[in-house]
Amino acid sequence: MLDELATDTMLTKVSDSLYTQLIKTFEGNLPSAEPYSLDEIRKQAFERFKRSGFPTVKHEDWKYTNLQPLVSKHYALQPPKPKARPAVGKAIIPGLDAHRVVLVDGRYNSELSTVEDVDGLSVMPIHDAFDRLCFAKYFSEYADKSDNPLVALNTALFTGGLFIEVGKNRQLDKPVHVIHVASAATPSFVQVRNMYVMSTFAEAEIIESFITDDGAAENLQNAVSEIVLREGAKLQHYALQLADSPSGYLNHTEIYQEKHSLYNNYNCTFPGSTLVRNNINVRLGNSDVESHLYGVALTAGKQLVDNHTIVDHLKPHCESYEWYKNITQDTSTAVFNGKIFVREDAQKTNAFQQNNNMLIGEKSAIYTKPQLEIFADDVKCSHGCTIGQFDEQALFYLRARGISEAQARVLLVHAFAFDVTSRFANPAVREYVEHLVEEGLS
Amino acid sequence: MLSIRNLHASVEEKSILKGLDLEVNAGEVHAIMGPNGSGKSTLGNVLAGREAYEVTDGQVLLDGKDLLDLSPEDRAREGVFLAFQYPIEIPGVSNINFLKTALNEIRAYKGLPPMEARDFLNRVKEKQKLVEFDAKLANRSLNEGFSGGEKKRNEIFQLAMLEPKLAILDETDSGLDIDALRIVARGVNQLRSKDNAFILITHYQRLLDYIVPDFVHVLYNGRIVRSGTKELALELEEKGYDWIKETVDAEGAV
Repeated sequence: MLDELATDTMLTKVSDSLYTQLIKTFEGNLPSAEPYSLDEIRKQAFERFKRSGFPTVKHEDWKYTNLQPLVSKHYALQPPKPKARPAVGKAIIPGLDAHRVVLVDGRYNSELSTVEDVDGLSVMPIHDAFDRLCFAKYFSEYADKSDNPLVALNTALFTGGLFIEVGKNRQLDKPVHVIHVASAATPSFVQVRNMYVMSTFAEAEIIESFITDDGAAENLQNAVSEIVLREGAKLQHYALQLADSPSGYLNHTEIYQEKHSLYNNYNCTFPGSTLVRNNINVRLGNSDVESHLYGVALTAGKQLVDNHTIVDHLKPHCESYEWYKNITQDTSTAVFNGKIFVREDAQKTNAFQQNNNMLIGEKSAIYTKPQLEIFADDVKCSHGCTIGQFDEQALFYLRARGISEAQARVLLVHAFAFDVTSRFANPAVREYVEHLVEEGLS
Repeated sequence: MLSIRNLHASVEEKSILKGLDLEVNAGEVHAIMGPNGSGKSTLGNVLAGREAYEVTDGQVLLDGKDLLDLSPEDRAREGVFLAFQYPIEIPGVSNINFLKTALNEIRAYKGLPPMEARDFLNRVKEKQKLVEFDAKLANRSLNEGFSGGEKKRNEIFQLAMLEPKLAILDETDSGLDIDALRIVARGVNQLRSKDNAFILITHYQRLLDYIVPDFVHVLYNGRIVRSGTKELALELEEKGYDWIKETVDAEGAV
């Protein structure tokens, strides 16, 4: 409840240029010619955003992540027509056999996408899914109830996105690899809306990579993904943030889980994008649900990576397991905020949270906050947090065996990330991420 | 092979080594004994290049090359190996991956290509057998959850894998029961050759029953005060370190 309380009053309206630009452009002029119900939802969401504006550092959830520099710039609101064939090589995962879906500036690119015709798998641009029953049922149903003003903005004005549905009892034998390419050559504000629906007892693996095309301008992306797991469904969901600097990514992922479902989120950020903010909210909406959230953020330069997660235990007999690791280099900043709610109904909850941090850059910073709010009385919740640097003893031990200092650091960072990377269910992704960790160490 | 002349070293501005001289030739095993605090472990750490140890005077040459000028990794690549008194645990770094990295970096330094995977695995198998190191341990994270004895045996396994010119065993016998001690000693004896040399740093004569040294040196107050053959170790065992302290202090008083 605390979370859902509208915080309109807490947000200061700002007369930054993106806000003004958005209100001026779209007031009374929202995207339409869509089902009437969608028009109405968009209108209401627009009003909500108009009232709240972009969040500022005065808002507790945005204390360390100042959006003002990003939203005081001027952006094209309709990204120019994207390049027909941007390079997707940067996103290729060696040894991964997958259905490939490419979104360029949020728009589905059918030429670059290679989704095989598989019974029970539907992949399409979000606009093509508007008339689907499950779209009507889940669109804005959960995400818009969170208090993130960026979701309201997205609901009102998204221009592209992806819809995936895996049918009842279907188990995909290949993962779906979604490649998000930022390509606009003039600074653009891109709003992407995705919906992934896992029908009852469906099983799938979705891997998302975020990359920047050569020659792209400083783009800002505001993405919302709504993910629903019906009874008994299983989803392995990877997000690999590989975009270049300068760029900004605001991602809100809202997951709703029904009975006996399993959701695993693996969230990795590497040196590159100037500002990355991920909101990952998992609502354990019925009993016997299991959720795992794993994260690795390896930051460099002046980068800021902020992971805000909510694990919301609504019903009894559920398990959640969360482990985030941050490694900060140079003058970068990492933020971790892990909120766990155990609602009154959620007896016999088992919730675990761990956040370990390694400060490498002498001038890097880490802000971490575990936040547990427990309203049930028969639960098991644990959380822990550590902060450290390179272990000099370990470095010397490795060097004394002939290993260079640089390579010794790589080994130690690997070791640090191991608790998380070893949980990756997909061996190709795991190996790839380990390689990216190595590459990301300067 | 190794030539230490007038070595002075200090830790946190406390002078520990005060003019140490030592000559080690290929094919030789030298034991360095001495009471607690005499500077035994400091010698090992100075040779391996640990930063906290500051060399204030003197020279260390390895086959004519100035060792003190080199980084710890370059010393290792030149063929110096320190078997640690307290090997540390590094969870998440696999023993095998660690050894492969080390071996290949040493090879690269010598201008050799990385070792073929099959050759590497054969070498692992062969050396495991030679030093009686459990294959299960070799595949685990580096020293993680190993007993004290297992850690020491892992040092010897690494020694066997990396084939250094000069191995310094820093109190490898401490904390070992008699069976583990025998295994470690057997491993070292297998690895002895006319081309390499060993420095055994130890507090007790016990190890020298199993690894017979060519020379025994007594380190006291930062200098080598007595040198002899293995009989010196027996004499020490019998008379205790007080005997050395008294005679040396008496000499100093003259």
